[in-house]
Amino acid sequence: MIAPQAICPEGTRNETFVLNLGPQHPATHGVLRVKLTMDGEYITRAEPVVGYIHRMQEKMAENRTYARFLPNTSRIDYLSAMAYTHAFVAAVERAARIEVPARAEYIRVVTSELNRISSHLVWFGAFLLDLGGFTPLLYAFDDRERILDLLEGISGSRLTYCYYRFGGLCNDIDEDFIKGTHDFVARMRPRLKMYRTLVTDNIILRKRLIGIGPISQEMCRRYGATGPVIRGSGVAYDVRKAEPYSVYPEFNFDVPVFPEGDSMARYLVRMAEMEQSLRIIEQALDKLPGGPVMASNVPRVLKLPAGDYCCAVEAARGRFAVRIISDNKEIPYRVKLRTPSFSNLSLFEEASQGMMLPDALALMGSLDLVIPDIDR
Amino acid sequence: MNRLLKEISQGCYSLITGLRVTIAEFFKPSVTVPYPHQSLKMPARFRGHIELVRDPVTGKAVCFACKLCERSCPSDCITVEGAKLDGDKRKSVTRYVLDFTKCSLCGSCVEVCKSNAIRFGRDYNLASTRKEDFILDLFKRLEVEAK
Amino acid sequence: MSLAEPLRLLLFLLCVMAFVGFNAAYLVWVERKGAGRIQRRPGPTEVGYAGLLQPMADGIKLLTKQLIVPPGADATLFRLAPVMVLAPAMMSLAVIPFSETLVARNINVGLVMVFAFGSINVMAIMLGGWASRNKYAIISAARIVSQDVAYEIPMLLVVITVLMITGTMNLNDIVRQQAGGFWHWNLFKLAANPLMPVTFVIFYVCMLAETNRAPFDMAEAESELVAGAFTEYAGMGFGVFFMAEYANIVVGCAIATILFLGGWQSPIGLFPGLFWFLLKMYLLCFSVVWVRWTFPRTQFYGLLNLSWKILIPVSLATLMLSAVLIKVVKL
Repeated sequence: MIAPQAICPEGTRNETFVLNLGPQHPATHGVLRVKLTMDGEYITRAEPVVGYIHRMQEKMAENRTYARFLPNTSRIDYLSAMAYTHAFVAAVERAARIEVPARAEYIRVVTSELNRISSHLVWFGAFLLDLGGFTPLLYAFDDRERILDLLEGISGSRLTYCYYRFGGLCNDIDEDFIKGTHDFVARMRPRLKMYRTLVTDNIILRKRLIGIGPISQEMCRRYGATGPVIRGSGVAYDVRKAEPYSVYPEFNFDVPVFPEGDSMARYLVRMAEMEQSLRIIEQALDKLPGGPVMASNVPRVLKLPAGDYCCAVEAARGRFAVRIISDNKEIPYRVKLRTPSFSNLSLFEEASQGMMLPDALALMGSLDLVIPDIDR
Repeated sequence: MNRLLKEISQGCYSLITGLRVTIAEFFKPSVTVPYPHQSLKMPARFRGHIELVRDPVTGKAVCFACKLCERSCPSDCITVEGAKLDGDKRKSVTRYVLDFTKCSLCGSCVEVCKSNAIRFGRDYNLASTRKEDFILDLFKRLEVEAK
Repeated sequence: MSLAEPLRLLLFLLCVMAFVGFNAAYLVWVERKGAGRIQRRPGPTEVGYAGLLQPMADGIKLLTKQLIVPPGADATLFRLAPVMVLAPAMMSLAVIPFSETLVARNINVGLVMVFAFGSINVMAIMLGGWASRNKYAIISAARIVSQDVAYEIPMLLVVITVLMITGTMNLNDIVRQQAGGFWHWNLFKLAANPLMPVTFVIFYVCMLAETNRAPFDMAEAESELVAGAFTEYAGMGFGVFFMAEYANIVVGCAIATILFLGGWQSPIGLFPGLFWFLLKMYLLCFSVVWVRWTFPRTQFYGLLNLSWKILIPVSLATLMLSAVLIKVVKL
């Protein structure tokens, strides 16, 4: 069933009111304020107001040495912390020409993909919670607990891992981790099937998502939306394939693309991505080489040569890029963080025009926004 | 008409399979741990706030106040003071204060310490009503533990 | 005998009120425990053994809160609305036969009475929302009214279908006609109407919608966006709405068991009585809880479309089929 459209002709109804989807709100997943100008049930204008959690990450980077900035990278988008640290660490390694040992790269891929699955599980639970299904949240968090336990075993933290270092990792993985990850992958595949039966095939959910919030390819390109948003609109753009980094070229994985552009397509992209991440993890564990996990010639205090260095990764939400401008000091001159949620949010204003409010909230949920990622 | 019927029947079937999934989960055991009555096993590398390591031979702290950890901390939470006691070749630590309200558990201090004088602790039950309880004097804690 | 009758009535009414109160409290417990187990967690366990005293604790909490009447709200209607929501449910229970002899008032038009009182429920919620003088409460209350009105129609059409088969509106007689094994239940009377299971499903769905339970709780769970119709009610005012919701579920499930599942008749033909009625009713209540924790919410226009475009045509079709078959078979 397609959503009803406002049937009053232009000019007859001009009584609009402003509804504030305030910073404290269960549906916006963080401190995002959206000023909605509504005409009855329909949204005529949705203006996001960001900045409620601006923590000046980029400014902090200008005041700290590279090593002291590492904990911050985990906290920009705390659900996808490994990938963000990876981007920063890879940018510095590119600049300082540090060669990372192969074992470290493979472990980085495994942990990044585990983190991607855990981020998608949080999105899945929270999205369904918005739509009114309370149970899949707990099932998703059950699976996520296992990932968090695995990662806690090697790094000591559950959410803001500070696991990567310049030149490798801070410590090696052990047999428990490898066995635990194999068990997890074996357990996760039937669970994904269960999610498909319980949620994806459910007619109520399908009615809520199919045809809701269509975003065209052209809109995505205009706003620079990346990640599952653009892959749900038919464009096969994945940084792991477009600008390969680390050892991703050695793995065999697909990039799920769905052409419809509605909320259901974005949902299916993320569910398929979890499946692909499991594939990558299996391949990486099979091919895991031995050797050191830390490069041997990393200077104690890094001083990057003057210049402009960049690294982009595929975080769970899209393309995260770090650009470091250094002027040959220990402290960078400027660090620019290009975050995916910022671009994904900017198309909300145009995409939600004329939609009913609960449908607009479903659209926002399908964009998978993490507000600290928007505000940095 | 045909399409509508097919949609209705597929829809009903999806509802029934969904119900089947939940009722199967109903009969499975609980995955949560009833926290105050039981608690989880902590992993070996758990990151609690740092603690000073005692040298088993001398009974005193291994730390000799080189202040590398103080310099490497991104949040400036560590304050170390040391003095050279009579008869020793090196300094010994006399005061080691960790401001845990600022610590982000990044691990820089533990990694940079060349003599393995600090390690991550396992203390996680840290609730308190006063901020002063989180300005941890680790040296004093070590002395208290010794007794 | 003439003196005992009012006494008997009084006793029954007290029991009905106690039953409603007990259900309101312990259906909450069933819901929370059921939700917990479906979600692989224990549910309430701390208060009392297995959390059985949790509803008591919640009740005490609600009773000790201040009953705030918002300024500008219509004082009489605001205070009256919770009572008006709870009273019809209680009164409907007066005609429901819990067993052959256990019925407060065996009225000949018992079925119509239950549905008449059900309609008052709709008006009472509207009054509650309107009297709150809160923009969002009014919108939510209006939605509840349109939803309830839309779903009353297929429900009544289905009930008429059953009525044509049973030929009586006396609830106790309807149950007596389903004596014997479970194949005599109205659900399985395929000779009278081959679409009987479909009518049961329609009745069940309408019951979920009438009581504003998930997946049809769009108006209440507006809390994802704004607050629902009962925002301005604090403490026991809200508690009474809450009790009324569970009382409505009980009434709905009771009617469903009486009309379709044989009421107090046993499935094997032996030992009919109160136990079977309660068992069937509580199984249906559990299924209501089960459905709530499985499915997401429907969209509001989806909900209305379901009623007007699917349920009403189907229930009209079953009604006509039933009518045709009665004529044909009688002839």
